[in-house]
Amino acid sequence: MLRSFAAGALTLALTLSCLATRTAAQGATDQVTDFTLDNGMQVVVVEDHRAPVVVHMVWYRAGAADEEPGVSGIAHFLEHLMFKATDNMASGELSATVAANGGTDNAFTSQDQTAYHQRVAADRLELMMRMEADRMQNLALTEDDIATERDVILEERSQRTDSQPGALFNEQMRATQYLNHPYGIPVIGWRHEMEQLGLAEANAWYDRYYAPNNAILIVAGDVEPEQVKILAETYYGVIPPNLDLPDERIRPAEPPQIAERRVVFRDARVAQPYVNRTYLAPERDAGAQREAAALVMLAQLLGGGTTSYLYEHLVLEQEAAVYAAAYYSPTSLDDSTFGVYIVPKPGTDLEQAEADLDAAIAGFLEEGIDEEALERIRMQIRAQDIYERDDVASMGRMYGRALTSGLTIQDVQDWPQILQEVTPEEIMQAAREVLDRSQAVTGWLMPDPAPAAADETAGEVSQ
Amino acid sequence: MSLMQKFLAPAFVLLSALPLRAEIAIQEVTSPGGLTAWLVEEHSIPFAALELRFEGGSALDAPGKRGATNLMTGLLEEGSGSGDTALDSQAFARAVEGLAASFEYDSYSDSLSISARFLSENRDEALALLRQSIAQPTFPEDAVERVKGQVLSIIRSDAKDPQDIASLGFAGLAYGDHPYATALEGTEESVSALTRDDMIEAWRNVLVKDRLSIAVVGDITPEELGPMLDRLLGDLPEGGAPLPGPVDLELTGGVTILPFDTPQAQVIWGQEGLGMEDPDFFAAYILNTIIGGSGFESRLMQEVREKRGLTYGVYSWLADRDFADVWMGAVASDNRRVAETIQVVREEWTRVAEEGVTAEELEQAKKYLTGAYPLRFDGNGPIAGILVGMQHDDFPIDYPATRNDKVNAVTLDEINRVARERLHPEDLRFVVVGQPEGLEEVN
Repeated sequence: MLRSFAAGALTLALTLSCLATRTAAQGATDQVTDFTLDNGMQVVVVEDHRAPVVVHMVWYRAGAADEEPGVSGIAHFLEHLMFKATDNMASGELSATVAANGGTDNAFTSQDQTAYHQRVAADRLELMMRMEADRMQNLALTEDDIATERDVILEERSQRTDSQPGALFNEQMRATQYLNHPYGIPVIGWRHEMEQLGLAEANAWYDRYYAPNNAILIVAGDVEPEQVKILAETYYGVIPPNLDLPDERIRPAEPPQIAERRVVFRDARVAQPYVNRTYLAPERDAGAQREAAALVMLAQLLGGGTTSYLYEHLVLEQEAAVYAAAYYSPTSLDDSTFGVYIVPKPGTDLEQAEADLDAAIAGFLEEGIDEEALERIRMQIRAQDIYERDDVASMGRMYGRALTSGLTIQDVQDWPQILQEVTPEEIMQAAREVLDRSQAVTGWLMPDPAPAAADETAGEVSQ
Repeated sequence: MSLMQKFLAPAFVLLSALPLRAEIAIQEVTSPGGLTAWLVEEHSIPFAALELRFEGGSALDAPGKRGATNLMTGLLEEGSGSGDTALDSQAFARAVEGLAASFEYDSYSDSLSISARFLSENRDEALALLRQSIAQPTFPEDAVERVKGQVLSIIRSDAKDPQDIASLGFAGLAYGDHPYATALEGTEESVSALTRDDMIEAWRNVLVKDRLSIAVVGDITPEELGPMLDRLLGDLPEGGAPLPGPVDLELTGGVTILPFDTPQAQVIWGQEGLGMEDPDFFAAYILNTIIGGSGFESRLMQEVREKRGLTYGVYSWLADRDFADVWMGAVASDNRRVAETIQVVREEWTRVAEEGVTAEELEQAKKYLTGAYPLRFDGNGPIAGILVGMQHDDFPIDYPATRNDKVNAVTLDEINRVARERLHPEDLRFVVVGQPEGLEEVN
């Protein structure tokens, strides 16, 4: 149904390209309005008038997996550089201005998206839009910025990846999972390529992807959609679209995965060994979300917390493990992964732990679904519709992530109902298709071996 | 005219059209049985958030029983009730899931905290479950062993985590024989030795009515809340184990190196701090925001990250615990550059102590702190968390209305006097975990 606009001059702004719609659905989606500016920038407004706070976010449909070969980390590097000077602002001025207004700001980069966000008093929204729109088009990088900030991202890699054996292990697992698709390359980048990133690469990335027709504006909090629309048209609506933007985001696709792969990662800093396995798995696609929904339910039933199948069997009944769980990320532009892991009890080796895990998975496939467990999960999903109204910033992030992962507003709003409707048969069907070791990587994270064996297996990645 | 002023000149045309709302209305509710809670009614969403905080927490671990409170906290949901209502770990978790409620039980160095949220449609059932986990835990032997195994796994992992090694290294130097000197999870030895009886004793020591703060935010009226509190908490005993005394800080200036094979060194530093009861606290709090508060604006972030690229992040904070006050900081930097990083931190600490801060810096920090404060009151759970923290710290119920005035009252003379009197660069103790190059230990 049409969102009723205020009378007067505003009605003139109603064109086909900027119709604001408000869904008639019950619950949290009542708070959501969306429209598109003439230059192609999509806008989503999530209302919550309980506190005079607003979260302003701009999401770009450009992430690490959109990088050209050889410049891994450039998407994330540019995200850092977006805080430097523009033609109108000094370096650091945006963050300083946000802080001087009592707000907080930051940004993040993932495989499929880059996002910038500020949380401020609701009456500062216009200031945020003015500054964010400015750096969408007027970034003015220098060689000095590059040299200093490249040191910062290298320190970031040291802190978040190289200092954490678990993170290094995951990096090796992903590199082994994806034979051809860039999801196998870490978002932060490979160190040897990060060290070479320069001004030309940063500017090329910026010029290609930072444009309103590649961006989504999300405003969540104490705002009225019609006011957001006026401001968005004033600041973002005047930025010309990039007509050279690629129509579709087509990355190198995976070939059929036909061989099981194994990673053994040894590191002296590992205190708690464990077995991790990831299976290549489908993701949510626009208009086709049922299989991903079945996998979400599967992850919950198989390994979502202490009432799940893996925890009950491996931790409680067999007392073979300290912990066991399953996980799955449904929202992704291209093929995702479904994961399971087991942390064995001291004294149990990883070979035994892996065998225990496989036996439990086989047991689940044979026994099928516990209807009561499924009903509890459905109840929690229904309740989520109530709880998420208390955190509109999180709702805003949900829209931002989906819309930069190839999904539509309709997909986001259909999702809870699809989760409710998925049948036990669909869940078991998805389980049988995905839990296939020929498209899986099994990883062992281990402490350093005895010194004599160290040279043979250190950092081994085998296929 | 600065770049920003020029840029802003035509702004704020539409500003007056945007509404400003929301005042936080905190009510004090006393139950028929004498329990006191702070309540914010919020009926627009049919659920409520409840925060319980028991003063003492892991600081109440008996000698030789380090980790008892933490393990006990992890066991509250692992078996409770008796007779018809007896629930084991699985039955309890299934019941909570079936109601779509969520209960979190956490131990901290000065408190034990329970955070709950529950739907209006099944509030009584949810609170009956919560009640039995708090008032009637049974600590089954098999659950004790299982959760103990999970805690031991965490302890072993922390022992090889550079950040945890640095934190514990610093704590060991600072806090002598106080519980703060060791990890609240305990050690492999202390946790391995804990028994079911220790759990019962820890429960009796910590979960007591007279050390309890309560906050509720959401879809509930004062009339409903009073009897609800009595049902939920009325059975708890009064009077727990005695609280520990204040710490006699043993910090001295210098550099401690804890060798560890990692490419990036982790650094924690600190000197004596000051707590909220100190008349200089607000000045020190603003001063810390300028030196190393969160965000990109602090002096340390500018000098260490923005100008020199020596780190991804550097921060300082006033660790105002119940029994010790330390002014702390942390940074991580490449082994080859960590000596320079520490040098820059020390120089900045010294510069602020000797020269103070500028009027402009003070103004900026005040604008940030006073603007950010109301933004914290966002969502039922976060508001309940703030209210229970205010009670724990003995703040008056009208504190949110006066807090910004206290920040604004700090003058430049005052903040620079506090910088002179309270920052002691020569007393900074740096604990460095890694293989730092060109850095000497100083004791």
